[in-house]
Amino acid sequence: MPFTNPEVVCSMGKDLKTVLLVDDEPNILVPLEFLVRNKGYRTLTASNGRQALKVMEKVQPDLILLDVMMPEMNGFETARQIRQNPDWANIHIIFLTAKGTSEDKIQGYTSGGEVYLTKPFDNEELLNTIDETLEFG
Amino acid sequence: MGLTFLTIAFLGYFLLLFLVAFYAERRGRSQKSIVNNPYTYALSLAVYCTAWTYFGSIGRAATDGYGFLPIYLGPTIFAPLWIFFLVKIIRISKAQRINSIADFISARYGKATLPGVVAAIIAIFSTIPYISIQLKGIVFCLDILSGQTGKVNSDIPFFEDSAMYISVALAIFAILFGTRNVDPNERHEGLVAAIAFESVFKLIAFLAAGIFIVYGIYGGFGELFRQAYAMPEVADILSFSQADIQGESWFFLLLLSGLAVLFLPRQFHVAVVENTNARFVKKAAWLFPLYLLLINFFVLPIATAGLLHYNGGAIDPDTFILQLPLDYGYSYLALFIALGGVSAGASMVIIAVTALTIMLSNNLLMPLLIRSRQMKSPYLSEFHKSVLGIRRVGVFMILLMTYGYYKSIGQQYTIVSIGLISFVAVAQFAPAIIGGLYWKRATKAGATAGMIGGFVIWAITLPVLNLIEVGILPQSMMTEGIFGLSIVQPQSLFGLDMPDQISHSAFWSLLINVGLYFFVSLSGNPSAEEIAQADYFVNFSKYQKEGLEYEIIQREANFDSLRLLLIRYLGEEKVDNDIKAFEEKYKLSTRGMTLAPTELVNYLETSLAGALGAASANVVINSIVKEKPISLEEMLKVLDQTQEVIQYSRQLEISRAELEAATRQLRTANEQLKELDEMKAEFISTVTHELRTPITSIKSLATIISDQPDLDPTEKTRFLGIIMTESERLARMVNQVLDIEKLQNRKNRRLEQTEINLRERIEKSLSSIEKLAEARGIQLLFSPDKAHYDILGNRDHLMQILINILSNAMKFCANPGGQITLQLSEADDHVQLSIADNGIGIEAEKQELIFEKFTQIQSGQTGKPDGSGLGLFITKKLVERQGGSIWVESKLGEGATFFLKFPKVE
Repeated sequence: MPFTNPEVVCSMGKDLKTVLLVDDEPNILVPLEFLVRNKGYRTLTASNGRQALKVMEKVQPDLILLDVMMPEMNGFETARQIRQNPDWANIHIIFLTAKGTSEDKIQGYTSGGEVYLTKPFDNEELLNTIDETLEFG
Repeated sequence: MGLTFLTIAFLGYFLLLFLVAFYAERRGRSQKSIVNNPYTYALSLAVYCTAWTYFGSIGRAATDGYGFLPIYLGPTIFAPLWIFFLVKIIRISKAQRINSIADFISARYGKATLPGVVAAIIAIFSTIPYISIQLKGIVFCLDILSGQTGKVNSDIPFFEDSAMYISVALAIFAILFGTRNVDPNERHEGLVAAIAFESVFKLIAFLAAGIFIVYGIYGGFGELFRQAYAMPEVADILSFSQADIQGESWFFLLLLSGLAVLFLPRQFHVAVVENTNARFVKKAAWLFPLYLLLINFFVLPIATAGLLHYNGGAIDPDTFILQLPLDYGYSYLALFIALGGVSAGASMVIIAVTALTIMLSNNLLMPLLIRSRQMKSPYLSEFHKSVLGIRRVGVFMILLMTYGYYKSIGQQYTIVSIGLISFVAVAQFAPAIIGGLYWKRATKAGATAGMIGGFVIWAITLPVLNLIEVGILPQSMMTEGIFGLSIVQPQSLFGLDMPDQISHSAFWSLLINVGLYFFVSLSGNPSAEEIAQADYFVNFSKYQKEGLEYEIIQREANFDSLRLLLIRYLGEEKVDNDIKAFEEKYKLSTRGMTLAPTELVNYLETSLAGALGAASANVVINSIVKEKPISLEEMLKVLDQTQEVIQYSRQLEISRAELEAATRQLRTANEQLKELDEMKAEFISTVTHELRTPITSIKSLATIISDQPDLDPTEKTRFLGIIMTESERLARMVNQVLDIEKLQNRKNRRLEQTEINLRERIEKSLSSIEKLAEARGIQLLFSPDKAHYDILGNRDHLMQILINILSNAMKFCANPGGQITLQLSEADDHVQLSIADNGIGIEAEKQELIFEKFTQIQSGQTGKPDGSGLGLFITKKLVERQGGSIWVESKLGEGATFFLKFPKVE
């Protein structure tokens, strides 16, 4: 049985940008982790919003890849809380979710997300978006 | 016996009668009535037994044997019908304050004057001879007791004539107790008490005579009849063959007497007008026939004894009852018996005179008077005093006519024949009354024509015939017919011969009467007032039940002039009492009232009807009311539809309630639909989300493997494993969505159900998951007995249910050391299966929630839900479609037990 520890996974490296991956589906975190790490970023993972906030208190990421439909705390709420903290003003937020209606997208942008991507995603497109956001966002 | 002594005795008897009446009136005033009970009522009906019964029956029995009987059998046969018929008449009469039979007919046919006039004339013409015959009976007693037989009455100057003095005494009695007040609704308790007393008196006297004659003279029935059978001419009267009566005669005599017991003016008066409670009828219906039986018991024995004693009729058989005691020297007993006869005659005279007087004043004189008065000035005098005056004069007029008849032609008749002639005359009321109670279409014209026709035929076939026979009319009429019409022969009208004249007259008069009643009624249209009254009479129970006052015609009147008008007729006290009663009944104040409403006008008219009769009261009231015009068509509509409208409005009420219920149901359904719609949208979004998740994983991982040929083999294997798991999940999800779709589409279709051996199914499902369970170290415990546990259900669905629950249990049971226990049990009508795991258990709040769509709890095996959240939802639906039920019992941390219940095969 494939198994990913939902607790913090931290691959240390100097000068590397850190990406926090938040999703309640372990089998989605698996390819995300592989792709982002392979691209040369540090990765952290969390299985819901609450866990993500806990992780961020310890290690501040540069970008968060945020699912929306999660138990305990959903993605929109998580983004809103991040945006309320001025210390986290520089953190980029990218929504990656199966909820693809325009209302969802609007809600995503208003809650503080910069990019809104829908599942299923294209590997390359996702990585490019992360690169661009970190570079120019 | 000396005349002076006899006079004193008779006066003493009358004094006793007065005392009884006074006593009863006083008791009545202090609310301790001795009249208000069914026994007095039944006794008052016995006014039916007159001097005719007392003397005439014996006379008839002496010649015809049982021929005297039908007159008493008729009322006995018809008495059970009173409970419906007489009660209805009484109730209507009380409601409309009807106070005579003529008034009843007048009221029924639109309160019209004409039918009342005709009825009153018939009543008076047929009753006066009848009353005179009672006078004759009373005088007859005096004569026999004083030994003055054989004197021709017409020779005596009136001031020496005992009949004259008796008439005066009876007139005074009738005035004192019968016309004491204007409103006969304030009943005549004294009168009724006196009549009841006389009924008891005459019965005792007659029984005393019978006992004396049978036991005193002959020593008992045995000896009497032994002697009678020894004499053939006497024995004849004891056999029915001797009864000189044919089949038709029996029929008509029974019919006539059955009608007469209610329709004779005096009978109607005691049975209806003086009735204090309609419920008394029930008891009277058997008490009265009992009275008839008692009073007739000794008729035949006395006749037999008389014939034996006087050797076959040397003297008039009518006098047997008095002569026998006299001949044996029991003159005081004879006096007692004679007083019984006097009481029989006197009671009849008093009531008949009272009843006739009411008719004379209300139906004949009053309409004339009111009309003439209105021409001059309607509110001139205190009319109510003159109403009483008219009544009092009426009493004397009636008795004067009676006396005149008695002096002139009354002597020629026997008591019996006059009675029967009267019976035929009053039978003419029957079609108008009986038809009027049950046939709505009957009209005033029909009733009037019927009564006139019947009366004319009666007059030709009975009184005229008798007048010819006694020589007052020329004998030639017998053969040549009346008015020179040979077809109108009094004895055989239209050439029809009947065995006796009474049957002949009854047949033709009633045939003509009924015929005219029907044809004239059907050929004309009733007026509005007639329809209103017809509906009231025929559908009386409707008006009573619904508390409806009959007030179809809208009438209003100036209040003050209405009150003044009524005071003229009824007196101030009575009118103000009536108005007070009205206020109480309708909860309506008349203070400051200028326009009296329809209800008040009708109420006061009814009250006035008590004094003047329905027709006259109607005329009086209509003189000052403004009638709101109402067309006949409207009227008909109203009456025909009253019933329908009531029903219709009830139906409307019902359909309104139904509509409201339907609206409520629709609203609920709509809300459910909306909810369902929202649920569906949510379902779809959830399903897409749930589908996208594995697809995302698969797509991303597959791309990685494809893009990176130099991928680490362990990594590659791991990724491929995830791809396979997610693909399975995807496939499972698609299947489940399809299952739900199927469940929802098939909701109304019948599921194919067969008999299933549940134990065998469970064993099969267990073997299919055995390997998987073994791999995860889960123990499956199932040890059933050999019973089948047959249930009714669908094989495929059952399999799916079992697999779902079992895989659910495997997913959540303890790790390591998982254990799943299955148990089967049986009850009366169902089989129960429990599947228990030893996992984390389910919180109480979530125990119901888990059967909803997309609810998941953390798996004990994976720490993460790996289902779609549809499994238990589908399972529950499937179980319910088999007619079963599913629930879970659990405590957090102590495992969960799922219970399944299926209906057993019968």
